This record gives sequence, C-alpha cells and structure tokens, in this order.
Amino acid sequence: MAYPSAAQSSPPRQPSVKVILTSADVHRVVDRIAHQILEKTQGAADTVLLGIPTRGTPLARRLADRISAFEGISVPVGVLDITLYRDDLRRNATRAVGPTQLPSGGIDGMRVVLVDDVLFSGRTVRAALDALGDLGRPASVQLAVLVDRGHRQLPIRADYVGKNIPTALAESVKVTLAETDGADEVRLYGEGHNS
Amino acid sequence: MIRHLLSGADLDADTATQILDTAAEMAAVSGREVKKLPALRGRTVVNLFYEDSTRTRISFEAAAKRLSADVINFSAKGSSVTKGESLKDTALTLQAMGADAVVVRHPASGAPHRLADWVDGSVVNAGDGTHEHPTQALLDAYTMRSRLGRLAGLSVAVVGDVLHSRVARSNVLLLATLGAKVTLVGPPTLIPVDIAPGTDVCYDLDAVLPSSDVVMMLRVQRERMNDSYFPSAREYARRYGLDGPRMRRLPEHAIVMHPGPMNRGMEITPEVADSSRSTIVEQVTNGVSVRMAVLYLLLGGNNR
Repeated sequence: MAYPSAAQSSPPRQPSVKVILTSADVHRVVDRIAHQILEKTQGAADTVLLGIPTRGTPLARRLADRISAFEGISVPVGVLDITLYRDDLRRNATRAVGPTQLPSGGIDGMRVVLVDDVLFSGRTVRAALDALGDLGRPASVQLAVLVDRGHRQLPIRADYVGKNIPTALAESVKVTLAETDGADEVRLYGEGHNS
Repeated sequence: MIRHLLSGADLDADTATQILDTAAEMAAVSGREVKKLPALRGRTVVNLFYEDSTRTRISFEAAAKRLSADVINFSAKGSSVTKGESLKDTALTLQAMGADAVVVRHPASGAPHRLADWVDGSVVNAGDGTHEHPTQALLDAYTMRSRLGRLAGLSVAVVGDVLHSRVARSNVLLLATLGAKVTLVGPPTLIPVDIAPGTDVCYDLDAVLPSSDVVMMLRVQRERMNDSYFPSAREYARRYGLDGPRMRRLPEHAIVMHPGPMNRGMEITPEVADSSRSTIVEQVTNGVSVRMAVLYLLLGGNNR
C-alpha cells in the first residue's frame, strides 16, 4: 500500500543544538561557585550543601571537594529528594521516590546551600524549601545552580549562578555530568527537541 | 503502576520491589520530627471495614494521614449496612462522595474484586475472607528484607492454620514472585488442597525448623472454624506451637514473625513472642511505611 512516508508529508526539522558549556567550562564554573560560597559565607562555617537529585547531588559533592581543596574545610553534603513535595504529582505518572540523606549534624541552625543543575520555573526550589521546612529549621537557605535559564514562575532567585543562559520557552537546556551521564556538558536544544 | 491492589499476584517482581524501596524512604519520614508529607493532599481515602480490625485499619489511617490525604473511616457496625444496605449501594455512595481510594476489608472472599468494578478510584484489599491480604504480605516481605538483607533464596516456613489464612495465601504468592522458598507447615486438616506450584508442605514443624530463615506463625482462626480441625487446643500447641526449646533449634539468624493478633500459649508462647528474634512489633511499624508506599504509588500520580 502506498502511504506517503513521513519524510514526504512533513520534512523533519532538525532541532538546533548548541554547546553552552564544555567539560573544561563546567570545571571552571564549579571552581568559581566554590570560591563564591567561601567568600559569601566567610569561610563556609556552619554550612551544609544539599544536592537536589538527580544532577544536583554530584554537583554538591564537587563543590564540597573544591572547597576542601581550596581551604581545607570539610563541608557536610546531603541529598534532598523533593518528589513528594512537587506540585505536579497529579499531572504525571507516579514518580519514584528517592532517598533523602541529611548530614549527621542535621540542618538546624545551619546555613543550607541548595544545589541544582538548572534553575527554570523555580518550582523545584519551592518544593525543596517545603521539604526543608519539614526536616528542620536552617538559619538560612541559599541556592547554587550551574545554569539559570530564566522564565521563573515563582519569586525565587539563585545566590550563586554558574552561567546565565537567555533562552526561549520552547528551547530546552540539558546538563550532563560525568557521574550521572558519563561526560560534563551543557547543551541548548532548539524548538522541537524531546527529552 | 497498577491501579488496584487486590492480590499478591497483582505484583510482578519489579513493582513489588518498587513498593518495598518506596517503603524504605517512607520509613525515614516516620523517624522525623514532622511525620507528614504533602504528596496526597486533597485526596480522599475511605477505610471500608466490614470486619473487626485494629492494626490494619489504624495502620491504613496513619499511612493516609502521613501523606496528607483526607481519611473517612467506615465500619459496618453503626452504618446503614445494619439496615440492609448492599455492598454495591455502599460503593456507589462512596463514589458519589469522591473517594480516590477505597481500602476494604470484608468477610466475603472476592468482595474487593467486585468493588473494583463499581468504583472509579483505586481499591486496596485489606483482607477479604479467607482469600488475600496483600499489604500484610508486603509488610512481611519488607520486614524480612530489612532484618535479613535479602528475599531471594530465603527459606520461609508458614506455620499453622494455612487453610483459613489470607495472610498465608498472599505471602505464598508474593514470596514466590520475590524468589523466596515457602514451606507450609500444619496439621493436614489445616493445609489447603490447592497449593501453588513450587511450595512445599510438611506436617512436622520440628523437621522444618533447623533449615528455616523465617518462621511465620499464623493465628488459629477460631471464628472461622465451624468444624473441628484438630482434637484439642493443647494438642495443637504441643505439635505446632512455637515455644522456647523449638525456637532454639532455629539457625542463629532466623526470625519469628506473626501477623497478629496472637493467641499467646496457642500458636506461640510469650517467651518466643517477646524474644529478640520476634519481629511482631516491627511488623506493625513497617506496616505503616508499606501502606504509605502503596497509597502513594496508587494515588500519587495520574495513573488513570
């Protein structure tokens, strides 16, 4: 039977891909944020880094490693799973719940730095703030992100930003890290990319 | 994810493992100062109990409340059921009230399956007659896994009134899925004739004990026994009751489980029930975490 092939009826649009940060750039950016945390927190005393899965977790570990390499300070690192605090649970299929691991000292009275890969709508950070409230009472909360792509839907801003990327809403930003994906890179995909 | 949880056979190994893994995260929440999660805010869970129950009803209620769901408790006593309302009409009433999940316990085997056809929400079987009790099997599997570190390859002896036990049936199905080896032990009159393939039967408790990693004692269900299945309670306790000397014949690491409520002195002696090998209190604690996991996985997303 002669169905017109998909290629004939609508030629596939090749979505554009742009590398925003290379592996070397990611390393430099992490180094800079580690320095900024040390500077802004006057030596990172009473500070806890909490990574938001999936890619905030290795980023938080890297920041702690760099801080330790620069100043010999060991900053506690934890993982904050926000699945059960999301505001879009009912819109999607059930999401798997991941582990939340707080440093043994807890977060009460500490300065908590939340770490995530991309800051977009701000809803993830909103969920993380709610989750923190149920886990303890930090003295203050800050936010570190590798990429800020704009389009906030909530009044949230980052204290430490690796790179600001002006994007269109239809574009998507994809961060890969060696620990989770095999290699460090940040890419900007044009309209029509699904992932 | 499945829509209803009616039978231990509804779960494949991946889904069962996902429930146990999620339960482990829920258990961490139970250890916090704020034992509450917002995941099921705005959802309604109805506990529909046609049979007496303490731990299962309270456990489901605690689980739903910790996930911020609204809970409506319905027990047949003091309801329109005593005026003759049928299960279907009760179900339609719950439907009209917008129940997202119905947790049902019923004396008739199969009642939750019928209910699942009548309501739009998820149905969770909390024990139907002598048929199944899948969340009990899940919490038993969770308890075994957390105490012994694994399920695959474990030897589990299920001892006592297997015939009337929905706990035993669900456990046999779920443990087979998860790779444990089940041996049913009891007097021949209390062992059903239709045994799942791959399940062993033994009428001698003492022969099974030295090779068991888990001994699960079942309650002798006198309320379901219209006929006499064994000569006397004392004889039953002598042959199939777990006492101190029998417990000491178990391997060093073996655990003793009981779904409760216990008949102390009948199937289990106080010495065993209160020993460090007994996981009876742990099972109750784990029950809340496992039911939180089940409710979250059934209701948390848009699975319709």
